[in-house]
Amino acid sequence: MNSKNDITEMHLDVLKEIGNIGAAHAATSLSQLLGQKIDMRVPNVELVTFDEMFDLAGGTEKVVAGIFLRIEGDLTGTMFFVLTIESATQFIRKLTGDAAFTFTDVDDLGMGASALQELGNILSGSYLSALSDFTSLNIYPTVPSLSIDMVGAIVSFGLIEVSQYSDEVIVIETEILQEGEQGVSSLAGHFFLLPDPPSYRTIFSSLGVL
Amino acid sequence: MNIAKSPHTIRTSGLGSCVGVVLYDSSKKIAGMVHVMLPDSELGKSTKLNVAKFADTGIHAMLELLKSEGVRPFSIKAKIAGGAQMFQFGSNDTIRIGPRNVEAVKKELKRYSIPIVAEDTGGSSGRTIEFDPATSILFVRTVNAGTQEI
Repeated sequence: MNSKNDITEMHLDVLKEIGNIGAAHAATSLSQLLGQKIDMRVPNVELVTFDEMFDLAGGTEKVVAGIFLRIEGDLTGTMFFVLTIESATQFIRKLTGDAAFTFTDVDDLGMGASALQELGNILSGSYLSALSDFTSLNIYPTVPSLSIDMVGAIVSFGLIEVSQYSDEVIVIETEILQEGEQGVSSLAGHFFLLPDPPSYRTIFSSLGVL
Repeated sequence: MNIAKSPHTIRTSGLGSCVGVVLYDSSKKIAGMVHVMLPDSELGKSTKLNVAKFADTGIHAMLELLKSEGVRPFSIKAKIAGGAQMFQFGSNDTIRIGPRNVEAVKKELKRYSIPIVAEDTGGSSGRTIEFDPATSILFVRTVNAGTQEI
């Protein structure tokens, strides 16, 4: 199951369903937390090169708020919640009640960092508990960690594990949209789930599609 | 992994825990850049090895490439940047990957007796780097500190 030739359309569909269920739960949590409408797009599951992975997240040099955590237990992998700076600012303002919050000094975010980390905690928790229910696998998230930096620097960290096996990665990506003024929705961020290659088999066998 | 000759420059963007290694010959105004992702090719668990992403195999391959361009080994110098620790949590091995990459790069350069003329490594910020073979200046840009020359 380590070679890409063994991955069929049906496998990708199963992973898409994982993205669907996980992200839907997380989007609901986010919506409840913020008291605003949050939408999501149909998940995208692809086998991509590392460069393509950076492009999916907005390009290597784009500055984003990245929340990173590792998944441990029956299946292992990496999860990212990548937010645009605009959405992260807005979410922090809502969560902390500090309407003047900005990302001007990223070394001293104070309450903002805690709020964003907690947001990551809640969202990854809902994503992964949905995934755990769906697959009957035991999955534990690590404490999330936050970084405001370039996409390349943030996302490459999550590729370290995978890079020991391959130069390509299966990414389960879901775009999150938020409704802005006049009901126009805009991109708020992405969920990325990157199972470690040895876990592909675990996921597929738990869902009976090995 | 690439080579540039003056007047062209060579760059790599969004380095986090990876280390950008520039090997250059200032008289011939030629430079090669290796983007090191992992410290040691022993970590490779795949049958086909991408030599460019490991410190040991990447630096070796770049030296061969520069030699094939007529660069004499003793005229090669190095500037390195990157190896940040982007996140504070994670599995223990992975979390220190930045510092481990820097250590591995230094060890390899020492093995080939290549002097490190300048470095900007460690910390917790991503870097975009660009090297100009004409002046041997390495430009390092971070989100917070702007662009610096080393």
